Amino acid sequence: MDFNDTPEEAKFRKEAYEWLKANAPLKEGPKDGWRAASEEEGLKEVKVWQKKLHEAGWACMHWPKAYGGRESTPIERVIWGQEVSKFKVPGGYLEIGQGMAGPVMMMYATDEQKERYLPPLATGEEIWCQLFSEPAAGSDVAGIKTKAELDGDTWTINGQKVWTSGAHFSDYGILVTRSDPSAPKHKGLTFFFVDMKSPGIEVKPIKQISGGANFNEVYFTDVKIPDSQRLGAIGDGWKVSLTTLMNERLAVGDASGPDFEEAFSLARGQDLNGKLAIENDAVREKLADWYCQQSGLKYAKYRNISALSRGETPGPQSSITKIVSGNKLQEVANFGLDILDSAGIVRSDEEGAEQSMYQYGFYGAAGIRIAGGTDEILKNIISEQVLGMPQDMRADKGIPFNEIPTGNK
Amino acid sequence: MNFEFSGDQMQLKDIARKFLEKEESVKRARAVLEGEESYDKDLWSQVAEMGFTATAIPEEYGGLGLGYLELCVIAEELGRSLAPTPFSSSVYLATESILQFGSDSLKQNYLPSLASGEKIGAFAHSESTTAPTEQNITCEFKDGSLSGSKIAVTDGDVADFYIVSAKTGSEIGLFLVESSADGVEISSQPTLDPSRSHASITFKNAKAEALDSGWSNITTLLDRAAVLFSFEQLGGAEACMDMAKEYAMGRYAFGRSIASFQAIKHKLADMYIAVELARSNCYYGAWALSTDAPELPTAAATCRVSASQAYHECSKENIQTHGGMGFTWEFDCHLYYRRCRQLAANIGSQSIWKDKLISSLERANQI
Repeated sequence: MDFNDTPEEAKFRKEAYEWLKANAPLKEGPKDGWRAASEEEGLKEVKVWQKKLHEAGWACMHWPKAYGGRESTPIERVIWGQEVSKFKVPGGYLEIGQGMAGPVMMMYATDEQKERYLPPLATGEEIWCQLFSEPAAGSDVAGIKTKAELDGDTWTINGQKVWTSGAHFSDYGILVTRSDPSAPKHKGLTFFFVDMKSPGIEVKPIKQISGGANFNEVYFTDVKIPDSQRLGAIGDGWKVSLTTLMNERLAVGDASGPDFEEAFSLARGQDLNGKLAIENDAVREKLADWYCQQSGLKYAKYRNISALSRGETPGPQSSITKIVSGNKLQEVANFGLDILDSAGIVRSDEEGAEQSMYQYGFYGAAGIRIAGGTDEILKNIISEQVLGMPQDMRADKGIPFNEIPTGNK
Repeated sequence: MNFEFSGDQMQLKDIARKFLEKEESVKRARAVLEGEESYDKDLWSQVAEMGFTATAIPEEYGGLGLGYLELCVIAEELGRSLAPTPFSSSVYLATESILQFGSDSLKQNYLPSLASGEKIGAFAHSESTTAPTEQNITCEFKDGSLSGSKIAVTDGDVADFYIVSAKTGSEIGLFLVESSADGVEISSQPTLDPSRSHASITFKNAKAEALDSGWSNITTLLDRAAVLFSFEQLGGAEACMDMAKEYAMGRYAFGRSIASFQAIKHKLADMYIAVELARSNCYYGAWALSTDAPELPTAAATCRVSASQAYHECSKENIQTHGGMGFTWEFDCHLYYRRCRQLAANIGSQSIWKDKLISSLERANQI
């Protein structure tokens, strides 16, 4: 039992580190990182960085070389991730395209389409979004209603999507629609990719509880899609969607925000009722719980990396990480604000103000526990896919979709 | 990265598991709980014959000279099967005390018979409802003999000797007292977990031999033992999760398996998460123990807290999943619920270990 690389892993790590060292600044501390002045600026910087990565062979590492990847093993991707986290490099914008759209295109698109669309995903020239969730279809994402009707070899799309990250700057989107409302829920779906500049597509930002707008509503009004952009057979859209949903759980990782270290350091410097907060036993108990959770996640990750290193399939770490870290963040944020007493509620735009980090976590955690699979859905996944327990009984099984009772509150 | 037990260690674990299943260790725990015996002598001699008691003792003292990683995987299986033997007292505490802090003559005299299971040792530390501290221990060693009282000594009624914490001058140290020595009075104490025996012990000028003294030695002993106790707790927690799942799968209510209700599925998912966090922290503890890492105090407290929490969660929710049957004497759920409490109490409470964890992080600032 050790934490050491194999000789091959060490060699790969060195190669990755040296390239990064030559091309990017090292972070100055654990909380240092890349920040863009604006979303537009960020997108520009990400594209420049991605192009550089691609030219050096570090883009979409597990992809076939023909589409711009390097056919890396899972453990090499992990090592790259560990090394890149030491540097201040641009990130974001590309995950959905490379992590979700790419795999589904690879599996279902024609050879010509793969040659046309996959390389610009790897180089970062084109951005993709995922058009799945709808106002009445969140956790039950197969319950979508956006209508697709075929006339000749052209489909007409009408309906509304929601929670679409990056729709406003995306070039293309992957889209799941209902092509047969008289078929049972999972049977009448059809999957497409769509040009986001198509006439009839309207993108509106959603204002979140934090006041920010990272997501959109996307409206479809008589949007035309050629049948050649259908992925998978007509009515097979659920099967195609599962390819991307599996990848989504891998993409949403550890909740970012204040964690044990921040709470510990706050408690060591903050007065509470005449003595340091760290001397309060209730505070110590909470800190110990968070440390144990954080440590458990850290070493679970090491166990998974070890499994990858041996060429085995890792455990369901991403579901556990998301549930534990999302809830921990919510509690740490609440603790941080509580320790700051009444001042914790006062907003401050001042850079580095103590309460800002906790206020960000206060909002953010509420979203993290929902995005990319709610706590409840992830617990279903653990109980069904890991423990082998049966699926819940469904009231809509086998019933034509248009006869299923609905209600959107 | 190779943060995993080796193939050989996993094989040893498998051997231990199959052996304990074949010997119906859980059934034996029930027999001890219901009967007059303090522990299962037959199982104990078989455990010793398998070499489990000799695992971490060097060959020169009659042991197998394997390492602590091997002892960890055995501990997990003993915990999973509720083995009704004095293993934790004799191996994690008494053997470790002598190995770490005993003189060479103590090692020569005691380790071979501890390795073979002929001798059983126990750790006598608690004196009252307040956790023992450097300040409140009243047992005293003077001129070669020890006086005072200890309570809730696990395996105290069957041990051949005790490792006793006592003050000597201004220091607290560890002392070895034979249970047959003059001035030793042993009185069995009924507990919440009768599958493991306990006793209160009074020493009146009993002959005692000193180990290396110092409160820090007691802390180190408890840190080392905590990792091994954590593995027992982990095994027990996982057994409860498996039991709960198996029962839910076969139990029907409202026309369906109760395992198909989200209320039950989410309960099981929570148990699974608690067990996975505990397992990962236990591996960290095992690594620190087996490499004598300076992180041991942090790692030990982390795995102890995490495994105690997982066992508590799993043993109580196992009863809940079983419904009324879980509350019967007939079902095994209560055996685990009891053992969970026994293991949680044995080397200090949850609050104490949480406090130790934060203290060790404050000292090391290793964040």
